[in-house]
Amino acid sequence: MEFFDIGLSHYLTLAAMLFTLGVFGIFLNRKNVIIILMCIELMLLAVNINFVAFSAHLGDLTGQVFTLFILTVAAAEAAIGLAILVVFFRNKGSIAVEDISSMKG
Amino acid sequence: MNNEAMTSFDFSSLGAILPELFLAVAGLVLLVAGVLRGDKSTNFIGGAVIWCLGIAAFILIGLEWDRVSILNGMFVMDPFAGFMKVLVIGGLIASVALSMQYLHQDYIARFEYPILVLFSGIGMMLMISAHDMLALYVGLELQSLALYVLASIRRDHIKSAESGMKYFVLGAISSGILLFGISLLYGYAGTTNFAILGDTLSHNMSLGVIIGLVFVLAGVAFKISAVPFHMWTPDVYEGAPASVTALFAIVPKVAAMALLIRLLFEPFAALQSEWFQIIWFIALASMVLGAFAGLAQNNIKRLMAYSSIGNMGYALIGVAASGAMGITAVIVYLAIYMAMTAGVFGVILCMRRDGNAVENIDDLAGLSKNAPKLAYILAILMFSMAGIPPLAGFFGKFLIFQSAVESGLYTLAILGIISSVVAAYYYLRIIKVMFFDEPADKFDAEISLSRKLVIGLSVIGVIFFIVNPSPLIDQSRIAASSLFSGLDDVATPDTAENNTQ
Repeated sequence: MEFFDIGLSHYLTLAAMLFTLGVFGIFLNRKNVIIILMCIELMLLAVNINFVAFSAHLGDLTGQVFTLFILTVAAAEAAIGLAILVVFFRNKGSIAVEDISSMKG
Repeated sequence: MNNEAMTSFDFSSLGAILPELFLAVAGLVLLVAGVLRGDKSTNFIGGAVIWCLGIAAFILIGLEWDRVSILNGMFVMDPFAGFMKVLVIGGLIASVALSMQYLHQDYIARFEYPILVLFSGIGMMLMISAHDMLALYVGLELQSLALYVLASIRRDHIKSAESGMKYFVLGAISSGILLFGISLLYGYAGTTNFAILGDTLSHNMSLGVIIGLVFVLAGVAFKISAVPFHMWTPDVYEGAPASVTALFAIVPKVAAMALLIRLLFEPFAALQSEWFQIIWFIALASMVLGAFAGLAQNNIKRLMAYSSIGNMGYALIGVAASGAMGITAVIVYLAIYMAMTAGVFGVILCMRRDGNAVENIDDLAGLSKNAPKLAYILAILMFSMAGIPPLAGFFGKFLIFQSAVESGLYTLAILGIISSVVAAYYYLRIIKVMFFDEPADKFDAEISLSRKLVIGLSVIGVIFFIVNPSPLIDQSRIAASSLFSGLDDVATPDTAENNTQ
């Protein structure tokens, strides 16, 4: 059952794929700011997978402590992001990405 | 780090972190006071924040500045950290003092405003003293989260909300990139502590570490708005209320630059040949873009954004030159840049007509007739920004280019001088508009005492720096050389300079 032996490299590949998906989601998405917020979460969670995988691999707890900090900060970040989004919606009446464009140059 | 150091803990070791602890407690107390008394307490809280920052500066100056590392190596105090923190606290006091009157004029006089400035300040101080990736991340986020809110604090204004939105999204992406880099460094070097990281990287350099380094540098470059990661700066500067723009321009970049310097010369000292190419490129690109893109701007806040991108490019030349001399030049440059920017934004905050803020360069037309004092002050500051000799701005640039030439970075020095000549065009254009164009309508006359004080100090500093430049330069030299002593097993200034060739 060699095929099912899941090692460090599988986790790293998964995390790298999720991270790339998150980055591409932000830049290719032209519709909705909420999707951008979801993509940011995806990036941070990919980093968490990296940390936990490395932590287990190295037998060192620092990585898991780091993960807890990232989760906490990500929650605060999401709260602030949604609050700013609400302020934006009240002014503009829309949360489409193409409407965030009153300043250019 | 041995096991004893991991477990032992006593309160006397917290001395080095006392200014931050004091500010954190003060911030929480003021938050409660603000909630109890509501928005009418804004002036009181603004004053209290200035006092608290002043007390923190006193505590900081009273501390021993010898290198000490506490909290299991998470937090470090050395002359470099101490001096940069004094600069940051000074910038915070200046920006709060500048903004109090503006808050009332622009209907954003909420008690949260000065408290958010205080919290972002704690984040910056933690960043400067961070000696572990975890402390770095938490400090950076504390600073950024407070600044996202400040950018969008004018809730009824579309541009402010939009600038907050852009700052938030791009800032969150950059933290994600930074974290991905940190996770790779952790995985391939097995630690997040700067000292151990520096030790490990000096004899074990894998591809994973280098990829991690690139990601981390990209994340930090965003915070100092160096060129490929600068796109947020003009929009955020333009959209945020002018008092918040003043804060953005004066303080956070100094803290982020200090963080970058500590990263490059402590954990990444052994990777100098790798990061040198990155810093070389972003320094060059920032200078050139800051100079050329500023030419077409009409909004003065946007112009200051491009100016700050360019100025970060010059500071990065000093980082690329490395060694105690390059870093001394960077610190002096940043201190002078802060003083000039505080004065310039003091004048920008005075640009109001019939109770509304105006921010086009054309609105300054004929200022020399309507308000000669303001016009002469802005002219002096603009000459200094352009680097005209007897003023302080010249000496900052001079030290930077001198360190570049001594390290053999001729390309950077030559292109830096060319781009500073190009940038002089837009600084001098403001003077031309003020003195030689048909006068526009007058600005509103009332200017608060605290703002006059900040503008006055800034101009006096800029003019009289030449009389006695040695205190600032000597302090900067002590701060810079503290980064290179005590790290003999990682990198000495000599080997650092050889690597740059």
